[in-house]
Amino acid sequence: MIVETMVFYLFSAIMIASAVMVISTRNPVHSVLFLILTFFNAAALFMLTGAEFLAMILVVVYVGAVAVLFLFVVMMLDINFVELRQGFMQYLPAGALIGAILLIELAFFSVGHWVSAPDADAQRALAMPAAGQVSNTLALGRVLYTDYAYLFQLAGLILLVAMIGAIVLTLRQRAGVKKQSIADQVSRSRGEAIEIKDVPTGSGV
Amino acid sequence: MSVMSRGFRSLLMGELLSGMGLTLRYFFKPKVTLNYPYEKGPISPRFRGEHALRRYPNGEERCIACKLCEAICPAQAITIESEPRADGSRRTTRYDIDMTKCIYCGFCQEACPVDAIVEGPNFEFAAETREELFYNKERLLDNGDRWECEIAQNLEKDAPYR
Amino acid sequence: MAEAGFWSSYAWPFILTILSILAMVVPLLVAVAYLTLAERRVIAAMQLRKGPNVVGPFGLLQPFADGLKLLFKETILPAGANRMVFLLAPMLTFTLALIAWAVIPVADGWVIADINVGILYLFAVSSLGVYGVIMAGWASNSKYPFLGALRSAAQMVSYEISMGLVIVTVILCAGSLNISDIVEAQRDLWYCIPLLPMFVVFFISTLAETNRSPFDLPEGESELVAGYFVEYSSMSFALFFLGEYANMILMSGMTTILFLGGWLAPFGIAPFIWIPEVIWFLLKVSLVLFCFLWVRATFPRYRYDQLMRLGWKVFLPLSLLWLVVTAGALVAFDWLPAAGGA
Repeated sequence: MIVETMVFYLFSAIMIASAVMVISTRNPVHSVLFLILTFFNAAALFMLTGAEFLAMILVVVYVGAVAVLFLFVVMMLDINFVELRQGFMQYLPAGALIGAILLIELAFFSVGHWVSAPDADAQRALAMPAAGQVSNTLALGRVLYTDYAYLFQLAGLILLVAMIGAIVLTLRQRAGVKKQSIADQVSRSRGEAIEIKDVPTGSGV
Repeated sequence: MSVMSRGFRSLLMGELLSGMGLTLRYFFKPKVTLNYPYEKGPISPRFRGEHALRRYPNGEERCIACKLCEAICPAQAITIESEPRADGSRRTTRYDIDMTKCIYCGFCQEACPVDAIVEGPNFEFAAETREELFYNKERLLDNGDRWECEIAQNLEKDAPYR
Repeated sequence: MAEAGFWSSYAWPFILTILSILAMVVPLLVAVAYLTLAERRVIAAMQLRKGPNVVGPFGLLQPFADGLKLLFKETILPAGANRMVFLLAPMLTFTLALIAWAVIPVADGWVIADINVGILYLFAVSSLGVYGVIMAGWASNSKYPFLGALRSAAQMVSYEISMGLVIVTVILCAGSLNISDIVEAQRDLWYCIPLLPMFVVFFISTLAETNRSPFDLPEGESELVAGYFVEYSSMSFALFFLGEYANMILMSGMTTILFLGGWLAPFGIAPFIWIPEVIWFLLKVSLVLFCFLWVRATFPRYRYDQLMRLGWKVFLPLSLLWLVVTAGALVAFDWLPAAGGA
């Protein structure tokens, strides 16, 4: 058990340290790289608690796709750090307020304890099979596609709407744009493309 | 070809597969590579390779220090100094070719009235330093001795066309 | 007593794991070395050349000569480079190419970690490969690497999607995320037969995912010099190189597992089952690798917009469609695998 605890503290320590680095480092690309490190350690912590499916999904979705796009955008940004620093004091009060509220909530969470609705515990237990009975992928799937099927579909729908919205916002049709039509090019036959003319010597075509 | 069959063909990647079939056929064909250091391609008698200074069969060097080669050399790679030898004949005391300058045009060979300077069939004289490519008379005469057989044969083969 | 508990529960498993990792990685690295030779020989043969055949018998020592040459070269750190990230990138690429092998079973039970979500792990690790490229391109602080990195980021993210959908289709048919279960589910019929279109889509996506020709735009030497590793030399370059080839082998392994029945013999009858399972696995991986090289020898490089078009407008709809068709067929004919697999 001691080794698991040590590993847990190791990953937690790296995670917290890299999370701090995300907001403290000056180079935004480094920030994103530290963010990725944070994701990784979070995945490792999931793994330690036996939630391997969540861990892998975290890596696939956040590290493999979202953070790549983050990095992609941040790399291309041309940021003026001096300008960035100037606005810092201006936003400090609001930022500090939000931070304080989150901190207080965290403190409540760790000092106090959760109070559940009367029958919530029973419902939760219903969805949770005993450990070792089924893999947690299966357990998650059972809950997701039965009890929460509508919510799950709804979440998917929201994402679809967001995607279509983004496409609609960025897609613009301009007049006079020449586009390649690969099908047309490929389906062109020899007869349409070339013509052999018998040109008599001395006269043009 | 109708649109249908064309679409079907592109879905089945007909062109791609036929291309891959072609490369696979070539995979099994006999190879045309010359295994270079061990096999070499044929060389024309007119091949212009490494320079050599030839000798007459009696061992006397052919070069008479006329300096025609030095004059015609477009890269000015040849340097010649001459003095009368003890027996009174006119000979070079120095005959240098800077092989890093030489463009292997063969003009020196064309200009030579006594067939002394020739470009032999040897093309494998790569060196590791520049200094090794500054040939002096001794080196050139050595080359002549080493390649005389081939050079003489090449000159003979080429003679009818000159 | 505590002493014994420590040995039996931590130390021995640890040592065994290290040994099994070595047993996996050392042959893998040798395979990578010979893959570089095989590539040169195969492409040479298809171009009617002989390829390297002088160093050692049939050129068998050529990879080591190449390796030594790289090893003794000078490591150059560009003045404007971001040192830390610049050095981290090749190590990351190489490490990622190796850690994925933890879950690949080369024969029944011959696997370092037979985890529940093996195929997800593979997918996750392969999707991380893009970081080495992006980091290298950005840290080099030079235009060609940067362009290469941008290309590769967009390319790998695009093709991951269709790859993911293909994997989902296979998982649907197998009913498990465990790789050994997926292989076992193909005992009667390899998935490359019923899922042939998916197999083709997957193979082409792996070409794009490993930045192999005809999708080698991130390193397109005629446009970007060498793409993201222009500024690398010596060992850091060698690590990229090894990582790229190890990734190729990994992707071939993945194709083998998902579609070609992993370690299973083609027919469960006498002459075939005499051959050890690991040999079958290696044969299949070699076959897929040969296809990698074959494709490289055959096709010219894609243009970038064609690449994106293929990924988003052809493969994504196609794989989505086939996923739905597969799911529908499984439900309609009651072919669904038992829930949870094992």
